[in-house]
Amino acid sequence: MSTPGETGTEAWPLWEVFVRANRGLSHVHVGSLHAPDPDMAVRNARDLYTRRGEGISIWVVPAEAITTSDPDAKGAFFESPAGKNYRHAVYYTKSEGVKHL
Amino acid sequence: MSGHGDEHAHGHVSVDELKLAEEFTGAQAGGEGQVATADAAEYALRLGDDALVLAQQLGMWIARAPELEEDVALGNIALDLIGHARSLLHYAGTATGRSEDDLAYWRDEPEWRNAWLFEQPNGDFAHTITRQLAASVYLVELYARLADSTDATLAAIAAKSLKEVDYHRDHATQWVLRLAGGTDESRRRMIAAITDTWPYVDELFHDDELVERLTADDVAVLPSTLREPFDAVIDAVLAEAELELPSGRTAFIAAGGGREGRHTEHLGPLLAEMQVLARAHPGASW
Repeated sequence: MSTPGETGTEAWPLWEVFVRANRGLSHVHVGSLHAPDPDMAVRNARDLYTRRGEGISIWVVPAEAITTSDPDAKGAFFESPAGKNYRHAVYYTKSEGVKHL
Repeated sequence: MSGHGDEHAHGHVSVDELKLAEEFTGAQAGGEGQVATADAAEYALRLGDDALVLAQQLGMWIARAPELEEDVALGNIALDLIGHARSLLHYAGTATGRSEDDLAYWRDEPEWRNAWLFEQPNGDFAHTITRQLAASVYLVELYARLADSTDATLAAIAAKSLKEVDYHRDHATQWVLRLAGGTDESRRRMIAAITDTWPYVDELFHDDELVERLTADDVAVLPSTLREPFDAVIDAVLAEAELELPSGRTAFIAAGGGREGRHTEHLGPLLAEMQVLARAHPGASW
């Protein structure tokens, strides 16, 4: 990383923020922020995303550590399930005598 | 809303009146809201003025901090402090029938009771952080003890505020470590900030007749007894940051006098900016 202050356009790295609202729920992506390091990212996330009691746990992840699917390959990635109703559980009828389903 | 907009140049703008939480108005303690004794009111005024002046200083960082995130962090800290100030000034006002707004907007400089540390200018980010470190470490030690006050309202305010100033201390500590261990430039600024700020720390621990009377009844905390725990926390932070307090030629102790209404040249302009709107439109609400 370059020395802070070397260039006028330099910014802190970007972090993605995940907040868990309650015990038993999973962390949910709530947004992103800038911070110089992970400890400060957690604190900034606390100030930006949990001021009104939204959460009891925060995760921060360097945005650059996230690998994403290719938006241009949307068709190949996400459209193949079309017409394949049998992939959904509701496609099947319940056999007689099966409980708790 | 009204068809006669001309009567009110700014229209009918109203915001629901903000009510203080019950514990702050003393409702839980005294049933009908506790009225402060003259001594307790003066003590609450000192603490309230400390908080309000510091909040006003921090507010000046909004839109000027190094990053948007730090704007928000300092703004949130300022809002916490305004909350403490409202509670303390509200309680102080019960002794003389004045509201928190009367005390915030209609007192002139000699009537303010904050210590000099809180009115010192923001300077650069390192100066603000150093002032935050000294202020928040002091406030954590103070509120932790004041939570056991025999004055139920002061105890409730202290207990509620403690968690918030504890976060302020963490925020300041994190930045001291980063500025001290960052670049040559950030470390140079951090050292300069400590040199400039530390002369104003001593006043926080001055005892006088008022606090001695209040301490006899376990209402207040004797400031001098906070010095040792304050120094212990500061020493640990500075040791980790490999910083030292000023000594020798650069070390001096400012006279102080804020508790008696004597202030540095910085308080006047700050009050002028804070009070101008309320004084230009007395009784206005928005």
